[in-house]
Amino acid sequence: MPPLLTYTLRQGDRALVLAQRLLETITHAPEIEEDMALSNLALDLIGQARALYTYAGEIDEPFEGPDGTTNHDEDHYAYWREQHEFCNPLLVEQPGEGFAQVIARQFLHDAYALPYWQAMTSSTDTTLAALAAKSVKETAYHLRHGRSWVVRLGDGTSESHDRMQSAVDHLWRFTGELFEHDEVEDQLIVVGIAADPTEIQATWLATVTDTLHEATLALPDDGVMQTGGRSGRHTESFSRLIGELQVLARAHPGASW
Amino acid sequence: MAADSDALQARFDRLIDADERIEPRDWMPDEYRKTLVRQIAQHAHSEIIGMQPEGNWLTRAPSLRRKAILTAKVQDEAGHGLYLYGAAETLGTPREELLDRLHTGRQKYSSIFNYPTLTWADVGAIGWLVDGAAIMNQVPLCRCSFGPYARAMIRICKEESFHQRQGFQIMLTLAKGTPEQKTLAQDALDRWWWPSIMMFGPPDAESVHGDQNMRWGIKRFGNDELRQKFIDATVPQADLLGLVIPDPDMYLDEESGHYVHGTIDWDHFWDVVKGDGPCNRERLATRVGAHDDGTWVREAATAYADKQAQRAAEAAA
Repeated sequence: MPPLLTYTLRQGDRALVLAQRLLETITHAPEIEEDMALSNLALDLIGQARALYTYAGEIDEPFEGPDGTTNHDEDHYAYWREQHEFCNPLLVEQPGEGFAQVIARQFLHDAYALPYWQAMTSSTDTTLAALAAKSVKETAYHLRHGRSWVVRLGDGTSESHDRMQSAVDHLWRFTGELFEHDEVEDQLIVVGIAADPTEIQATWLATVTDTLHEATLALPDDGVMQTGGRSGRHTESFSRLIGELQVLARAHPGASW
Repeated sequence: MAADSDALQARFDRLIDADERIEPRDWMPDEYRKTLVRQIAQHAHSEIIGMQPEGNWLTRAPSLRRKAILTAKVQDEAGHGLYLYGAAETLGTPREELLDRLHTGRQKYSSIFNYPTLTWADVGAIGWLVDGAAIMNQVPLCRCSFGPYARAMIRICKEESFHQRQGFQIMLTLAKGTPEQKTLAQDALDRWWWPSIMMFGPPDAESVHGDQNMRWGIKRFGNDELRQKFIDATVPQADLLGLVIPDPDMYLDEESGHYVHGTIDWDHFWDVVKGDGPCNRERLATRVGAHDDGTWVREAATAYADKQAQRAAEAAA
């Protein structure tokens, strides 16, 4: 698989899987405003995934379809790949057990996604750079939303403080993977297509440190970090997430919707 | 005193007769206020509870495009709920109180949301039939005598007509799709038809608040008239889809140009209104569960706001 295709799918999977997790929480939010905000985040992420998958289809090998040779469409990547072919970071597939975890997952992700997309605006790949410009605006809002909740819950009541701390602690072991890079990525970094994760990590850590401090929460110790999403080794709940995502589409092969 | 209240009543009547808007600060009869709070709150509750049957398919939408459209629709419904609670609040009843009335069963929401979404085609049927029926009911409310409600409805109706179109488009895609898809579409129509035409409420002869609401400019058309309008608009759409309306007694009355429907099972309607529909318990339990699970979050938000206010006061001192 060409490195650019792998790389584009990784980003698309990150957005789609996180959106799918957010959609599970709609109608269960603590306030109607939050049902609106979380569906808004999901909508932006679905949009990012669609644009990335469409681009993947242009890079990928065309296939022989009923109407001749054609590119894979966005739905091919979402609905017709096996779970081990998804290469999102493990953080975004973690189930959100309660609002504190939903917020912690989102905040830890968005604190990464904002500097990531900012760096990608100067990618030498013009398609990715254009997508980054749009995603920066969306992600800046997402981060503001998540950050404000981390602070409110951390510095709210003692119950909310404990819940927020425990959610951050719980998900911390999935943050290291966000900044890993392998040869696929290294090849693209050298030519200016991909952003360098080590630079993003410094910004991420500054945002997280500053936010947790304001929230009166402790920065967790870096223990053993979990990894494997990039190579398709997911966590236990992932197969259910993918099963639910794909169940209807796969029950009707060849159907249009 | 009596002269004052007579003058206020006369001014109110004059505004109503001239088809002008009553605004929150205007004097209004207690019954008018109570009726509006009840109606707007029920409408708001319907938007919020109505997120559930469609929300049921968000994670399983069969294409990314459909997933995005459905997400946007459910988000719109949350937004409609918020404007409507806002409109009700202008009459002096806070949102927490209205939600409490919903959660304790003292206020209702539209019975249509007590039916399950068993397949993806139900998402199409809700958009096509339920939103279609809602539009028929709601367009006249854009001219409701109470200003904030009328203004909220103008915005809501614009979005509802988009929802109705996307629902019809789902049905069209299914009806023109594979034989299995067409079966799903027909099955959804079979299950949603009768509940949809019940959405206009009982026949006018049995309607409790009809006359007074007409007089007050809250209601503009009778239930039967709106139901007829909906049926006349929808039957040709079903024909276009190649689907069959599940009413063997229905016929076109050549003279009036109206479709005459078969007997509506009003006993079933009242069962659902009184709490014994297929999903009444689940819908309310989900809503109450979300609210209860969110208690600690709302408490935290309040505590944080209080701390911030105190810090600002200390900084200023």
